[in-house]
Amino acid sequence: MSAVAEARSGFAARLADNERWLWRVMLAPAILYIILLVGFPFVLSLYYSLSDATVASRELHFIGLANFRRVMGDATFWLSLRNTLVITIISQFFVIVFANILAAALMGGFRGKWFVRLLILLPWVAPISLGAIGWLWIYDSIYSVINWTGQALGILGPNTWPIWLGDPTLARASIIILNVWRLVPLATVIILAGLSSISQDIHDAAAVDGAGFWRHHFQITAPLILPITLVAVLFGIIFTFTDMIVVFVLTRGGPYDSTQVLASWAYFTGIQGGDLAGGAAISLFLFPVLVAVAVLFLVIARRTEVT
Amino acid sequence: MTPATARARRVAAAGGHTAILVFFITFLAFPFYWMVITTFKTTQDLHDTANNPYLFNDPPTLEHLRLLFTETQFLQWLVNTGLVGIVVVVITLLLAIPAGYALARMAGPWAQTLGIGIFLTYLVPPTILFIPFSRIIASLGLQDSLWSLVLVYPSFTVPFCTWLLMGFYKAIPRDLEDAALIDGLSRLGAFLKVVMPISLAGILTVVIFAFTLVTQEFVYGLTFITSLRSYTVSVGVPTFLVRGDVYFWGSMMAACLIASVPIAIIYNFFVDRFVAGFTVGAVK
Repeated sequence: MSAVAEARSGFAARLADNERWLWRVMLAPAILYIILLVGFPFVLSLYYSLSDATVASRELHFIGLANFRRVMGDATFWLSLRNTLVITIISQFFVIVFANILAAALMGGFRGKWFVRLLILLPWVAPISLGAIGWLWIYDSIYSVINWTGQALGILGPNTWPIWLGDPTLARASIIILNVWRLVPLATVIILAGLSSISQDIHDAAAVDGAGFWRHHFQITAPLILPITLVAVLFGIIFTFTDMIVVFVLTRGGPYDSTQVLASWAYFTGIQGGDLAGGAAISLFLFPVLVAVAVLFLVIARRTEVT
Repeated sequence: MTPATARARRVAAAGGHTAILVFFITFLAFPFYWMVITTFKTTQDLHDTANNPYLFNDPPTLEHLRLLFTETQFLQWLVNTGLVGIVVVVITLLLAIPAGYALARMAGPWAQTLGIGIFLTYLVPPTILFIPFSRIIASLGLQDSLWSLVLVYPSFTVPFCTWLLMGFYKAIPRDLEDAALIDGLSRLGAFLKVVMPISLAGILTVVIFAFTLVTQEFVYGLTFITSLRSYTVSVGVPTFLVRGDVYFWGSMMAACLIASVPIAIIYNFFVDRFVAGFTVGAVK
């Protein structure tokens, strides 16, 4: 064996046993990938928002905050911001209420639970663009099954035929329904995990002390699953707030841009309109909410570490 | 409480329980039920507003499936999704397994901070990054190539999978490795020969999770890919099964079912493990 090869195998052997270096070598590829493919594009996005980048431009010039002034001077931007907030808040409210009820109903054992859970998980696991296509058909202006059923049951009058995606208010409601539909499964399984982790002793003690159903639920169970419910809410906020797929498939932002959200408006401005700088500036308005959510995650992580 | 009222209460509780489940199953699974019905109905039946949409007014047909597989690129899209999925899963495992293990075994407060830091990058959404990426991909000459997706998708699979694997490795007792070290294996050898074989279940979970994320991705696919042949299922179906104003509803619904139900069945076996990852250790 040559001296070089010997030295190398000696180095490899030392590395294989030196924990400090071993950990660094094992972590480096993942961290490098994340820096190159999350960190770098993010910084680039900041830079674009301060430049005159378009799809065609070869050189970028720094133009300060002009893009932000420009997008904020546009009424569609403010409507998108409002839609994003309204859709997120309303849908998350329903997600949490529904998921708590459903998780409680799924707690006990019953026959066919595996199949029920499969049915309930479908909206979450199916690609959201395809789930949205299913809803597009359900909301169809001529063949909507909701309208047919409503008329058949007498809930809708014989001459009432809502055009779900053609009216701004109904279209926003349709988008909210789809977001609730998609996120209830995730929130349910997360809350279910929280409920299953409560020890039976606590429930027994509450029963012995004579707590009734409501008291038991609101004063004992709810506070115990609060942290995990918060986790479900945070994921729900991220997935709804930053989503453009639902709007893109259902309405393309229409009618007349009345259902645009920040993410879809960034897409239509930046990619379809070729105004990369404007699109980057719009999408960066998603960032403050992400930071807030990240901070809350850190708080939860720290608290659970201490207790 | 008399036995009769107790029984009445039990029946009422069971009835309420069933009613809640029926409501939610209807809400959550109805679109998929509706896809099944639509897939097998004739176009004429679908488009006759006088018909009861819940019934097969014409005999069921396989025409929509035939059209989907013979006259569209659906099969190609399935193959593309599968190929991208497999390569992305391999890249994800190569990066996330060592990183997850290192984070699980590192000593000191740094490990925790670094782990959470990596996890938080999962929260940076494609809708912030797709605009700079569109230019990066173009300057790399990868536009309209599946390689663009292979390059970019690990940016969201790696952070979450590293986090999941860190949890799995933390659950494996250190004693096993210590015993292996005493037996003369190196630190790395202990990981490869002792830890890897018993963490296969965790690795399989990560494979399913990463693959599911790939099939669900839409924004990057829509931005980078421009030709019919190179689409993945999640982008191709909503974009190209609509010609002009003509919606091929039967074929679209069939495509949605084929692309989502099999994965959901596999996912259902692993869901508890994903939840453990999602809950950031908030459940103990």
